[in-house]
Amino acid sequence: MSVEETEETPEIEAGVTVEDEVLETLGDTAQDTEEHLNADASVVVRPDQVQDTLFALRDEMGYDHLSCVTAQEYEDRYESIYHMKQYDDPTQEVSVVVPASKDEPISQSAEPVFRTADWHEREAYDLVGINYEDHPDPRRILLPETWQGHPLGHDYDQDSPQIVTLGEWDNPLRDDHVDNEADTMFLNIGPHHPATHGVLHVKTVLDGETVADVDPDIGYLHRCEEQMCQQGTYRHQIMPYPDRWDYVSAGILNEWAYARAAEDLADIEVPEYAQVIRTMSAELCRIAAHMLALGTFALDVFGDFTAIFQYSFRDREVIQNILEDLTGQRMMFNYFRLGGVAWDLPEPREEFFEKTRDFLEELPAKLEEYHDLITGNEIFQLRCVDTGILEPEVAKSYGATGPVARASGIDYDLRRDDPYGYYDELDWDVITEDGCDNFSRVLVRMQEVEESAKIIEQCIDLLEEWPEDDRTIQSNVPRTLKPEADTETYRAVEAAKGELGIYIRSDGTDKPGRFKIRSPCFSNLQTLGEMSEGEYIPDLIASLGSLDIVLGEVDR
Amino acid sequence: MSSDNPIDGGSTDMLTDTRDARMGEGLDDRFNSRLREAFGSSPFILTKFDKFMNWVRGSSMFMLQFGIACCSIEMIHTYAIKHDLDRFGAGIPRASPRQADVIIVPGTIVSKFAPRMKRVYDQMPEPKFVVGMGSCTISGGPFQEGYNVIKGAEEVIPVDIHVPGCPPRPEALVYGVAKLQERIANGESSPVVVKPYELEQFGDMESDEVVDKLADQIDEDTLAMRYNWADSP
Ligand code: SF4
Repeated sequence: MSVEETEETPEIEAGVTVEDEVLETLGDTAQDTEEHLNADASVVVRPDQVQDTLFALRDEMGYDHLSCVTAQEYEDRYESIYHMKQYDDPTQEVSVVVPASKDEPISQSAEPVFRTADWHEREAYDLVGINYEDHPDPRRILLPETWQGHPLGHDYDQDSPQIVTLGEWDNPLRDDHVDNEADTMFLNIGPHHPATHGVLHVKTVLDGETVADVDPDIGYLHRCEEQMCQQGTYRHQIMPYPDRWDYVSAGILNEWAYARAAEDLADIEVPEYAQVIRTMSAELCRIAAHMLALGTFALDVFGDFTAIFQYSFRDREVIQNILEDLTGQRMMFNYFRLGGVAWDLPEPREEFFEKTRDFLEELPAKLEEYHDLITGNEIFQLRCVDTGILEPEVAKSYGATGPVARASGIDYDLRRDDPYGYYDELDWDVITEDGCDNFSRVLVRMQEVEESAKIIEQCIDLLEEWPEDDRTIQSNVPRTLKPEADTETYRAVEAAKGELGIYIRSDGTDKPGRFKIRSPCFSNLQTLGEMSEGEYIPDLIASLGSLDIVLGEVDR
Repeated sequence: MSSDNPIDGGSTDMLTDTRDARMGEGLDDRFNSRLREAFGSSPFILTKFDKFMNWVRGSSMFMLQFGIACCSIEMIHTYAIKHDLDRFGAGIPRASPRQADVIIVPGTIVSKFAPRMKRVYDQMPEPKFVVGMGSCTISGGPFQEGYNVIKGAEEVIPVDIHVPGCPPRPEALVYGVAKLQERIANGESSPVVVKPYELEQFGDMESDEVVDKLADQIDEDTLAMRYNWADSP
């Protein structure tokens, strides 16, 4: 094992105190410190001391949010990075770097500390090839079980043939799936099923009408997003991909995640005017995304294809129309550029403002209608109140974020807690609910739509007044970006589903050496078992709907 | 198509009289449709059975409710308010493949999903039609170079109509569906293509390095799909 990396430039954000504190808490466990652009401290620990370190950081220093686990292969070693934050203050970040040897990449699992590590480490094993000792369930997660090799490792040959079985596609009535003794039955839901919102496969064990066990099987839409981003140049070739992670018209929110990480990496300033446009367009996207969540949830719970579903699509059409005026596309906007946005508001500006204002004006009445139809409906309440309970402590342990976390009373929103864009200049609130159930999650989304509308309105006021000679939409960005080799950053934004983080390590070329996406849906989906085991099967469907997952983002 | 020949060679006045008498005063001729009027007094339409069936098929298509990736969102928009694919007699999404005759493939197909999609397609009753929506179903689209991505739906199932775009606008999809209806009504079918990726029993696969490696993991009679990435376009 070689960790010859005592580098580089001095700390930027003068996080010395935090680093000292961390080192003091960890004592001898820490071997070294490293430089990460965002994290105040970054410690290197031995692969057999992962659990001790994370326990210490969690229990003694309050780093209770394991945001992401990044795995990567270097010339001389493997490395897992645990990006940790605090739910109370996400600007407090620590990265725990765990090197593992090239010949025998074994590292201790962090699952006993944070349950979210379960899936993250499975993914790291699947794509990069690090083995985690102590892991409760060391299987592949995104690729089929029969896959050969680890595609993001160095010596993977993409042209070698692969065989994929249809065996997982089990027949629930087959002999070995019905257990006469225990009276349970195995049931496949998906991957082609109307209630799974895409191509999710939920392996369920039923005990009568009660769910005994669920195991979400993902990877049916694993489109190699990370590989695609590692093959693209920073300046233009990566930006189109984020649109396709969370593809329910939430594109701009995702673009912002990449923009934020890359701008941080390459030290790019964004003009204020562009920030306002970014904020406005991102919030429009959020409304569109929440509308879809609402419509499909009503579809799941009522089976209502006619009224509510169609209403929410009517409203989405209006937003898509506005966004099309702005960006030129209905869904895959590709509107952000590093250092700004692609172009200014459409001319004539007044028309655009008017159109958007009209939409905002009509919104409250529409929301009231939704409340009448959905939250005020008795059947809906029966199905959703007090079902799919997710306790805050459990949610934290699974790294849940976004509306899912906020509906469990966790007051966590990166727009406010780790401000970017123009959010901290505007007047709006973070919505939380204490119900922890399916109903609260719907309520949070519906109220967030109102907050987003507030933000958009303020942005429009600002844009209307903005002096004409100060409308810079992009700062000067070099044609080819080549950040210094081995600079790393992990940055997150509040996307429609929660914390969407990007880890980038540059290797000195114009393409990233490692590009890792921390998807909020991936973490949120893990809570499904907690929410639905022991409940009735219809509640499982409701819980799944209330999580509002998008498979493009879960699988990436 | 129509025939003016009276049924029994005589006049139909009597029949009309009887009907009018039964309907009573003051009722309109709502039972006598415009179509009937246009055809004359005979209740028969002469046409070729095939032609008629094709027309019926094209005019009443049951779509499969089948969402894969980003394109499916635009597909839902096409079904939903404003674009309303129902107007074209092609709007009822069916949740079960056994009740559907058209499958719109809206998105990227990856290695794990292709066998499942093939299975869904096989479950649809004949005659069945496929609309490939988006660049991903043509070539793999933006993810063409991905290690896990099938380079187009046509590697797995035959496709009748390709709608390009990323994603195609709802208007484009409507156009694609209308084109499909036109083709069906004209009795055209897509040429049979050789699909490189087939489901076969693992035991039937030619033995080579991968097959040997997996031999103790997979049962002989498990269905499997083999991807020869090197030969993919
Ligand atoms: S063609 Fe484009 S929009 Fe459609 S599924 Fe592929 S990437 Fe998504």
